[in-house]
Amino acid sequence: MDAKTGFFYLFSVVLLFAAFRVITARNPVHAVLYLMLAFSQAAAVWLLLQAEFLAITLVLVYLGAVMVLFLFVVMMLDIDVDSLRKGFWKHFPLAAVMGCVIALEMAGVLLGGFRLIDAPHTAAMTQAISQGAQYSNAQELGVLLYTRYLYPVEVAAVILLVAMLAAIALTLRQRKDSKFVDPSMQVRVKARDRFEMVKVPATRKAAAVDAAAATAQEKSA
Amino acid sequence: MTLTLGHFLSIGAVLFALSVIGIFLNRKNLIVLLMAIELMLLAVNMNFVAFSHYLGDMHGQVFVFFILTVAAAESAIGLAILVLLFRNKNSISVDELNTLKG
Repeated sequence: MDAKTGFFYLFSVVLLFAAFRVITARNPVHAVLYLMLAFSQAAAVWLLLQAEFLAITLVLVYLGAVMVLFLFVVMMLDIDVDSLRKGFWKHFPLAAVMGCVIALEMAGVLLGGFRLIDAPHTAAMTQAISQGAQYSNAQELGVLLYTRYLYPVEVAAVILLVAMLAAIALTLRQRKDSKFVDPSMQVRVKARDRFEMVKVPATRKAAAVDAAAATAQEKSA
Repeated sequence: MTLTLGHFLSIGAVLFALSVIGIFLNRKNLIVLLMAIELMLLAVNMNFVAFSHYLGDMHGQVFVFFILTVAAAESAIGLAILVLLFRNKNSISVDELNTLKG
C-alpha cells in the first residue's frame, strides 16, 4: 500500500464522515460547516486524480462563495430546529434500506467492472508523463474550453448572469419606510417647480405693534 | 494494492447513497435538502473526474466545469427562493408549502 492509497483512504473516510454529519447534524450551521469539510476533502481526492484546476476551482468557488452564501442564509434565518426535527428518524429504516441498496448495487457493479483499469494509457497521458513537470492541467483544460467548448462556455456565462439577475430580482423588495430619490422625476423637474417668487415687502410699518405694546403696559401698570 | 477506477467510483456511489438518505431524513428542512443536492452533484462530479483521469480524456473535466457552473446558479436561485419563502411564511418547513393545493 503506497502513500497515494493511504491518502485516498484518509480523504475518503473524512469525506464520508463529513457527508454523514451533514445529513444528521442538528444545527444547520454545523451542517454547512461539515459540508465545507466534505468539499475540501473532495478537492483533495481530485488532486489525487490529477485534476488540479478543478480541485482549486472547487475550493475557490464552492468553499469560498457558495458555502459562504449558504452560511449567510442559514445565519440570517431564524430556524425553529425542533419542529423541523420532529419525526426525523421515522423514515430512517426505509432510507437506510434504500441507501444500502443504492450503494451496494453501484459498488458491486463498479468494483467488479472497473477493477482492471488501473492506469491511464492514452497518447495524451503518455505525452504528459514524458513532459514531466511541463504538463499543465489548467492549460489543457483552458485550451479545450476556449476552442472546442467556446459556445458552451458563453452559454454558461449567460446562465450565471441569469442566475444573478434572478436572485437579485427575487429578493429585492420595496421598503415602505425608506426614503429615496426618483431619478426620472429628478430629470424631468423644471425650474418653476422648485423656485417660487413670493412678494415680501422689504420694510414694514412697526407703529401698530408699538401701540399694542403701549396699551398692554398701561393695563399691567 | 494500487488505486483502481472502482475505488473512486465506489466513494462516489457511497456519497450519492448518503445524500439520498439525507433527503429522506431531512424531508422537512428545506436548507438541508439543498445541501444534500449539493452532495449529490459532488458525487456525480467525482465520477466524472475519476473517469476523466483513468480514461485519459479531458472532456470529462470540461463537463465537471459546466456542472459546477450550473450548480452554483442553482444554489444561488434556490437560496433566494428560500429567503423569499421565509419572509412570507416565517418558516422553512416543507410541510407548509401547500398554497398551490397540489
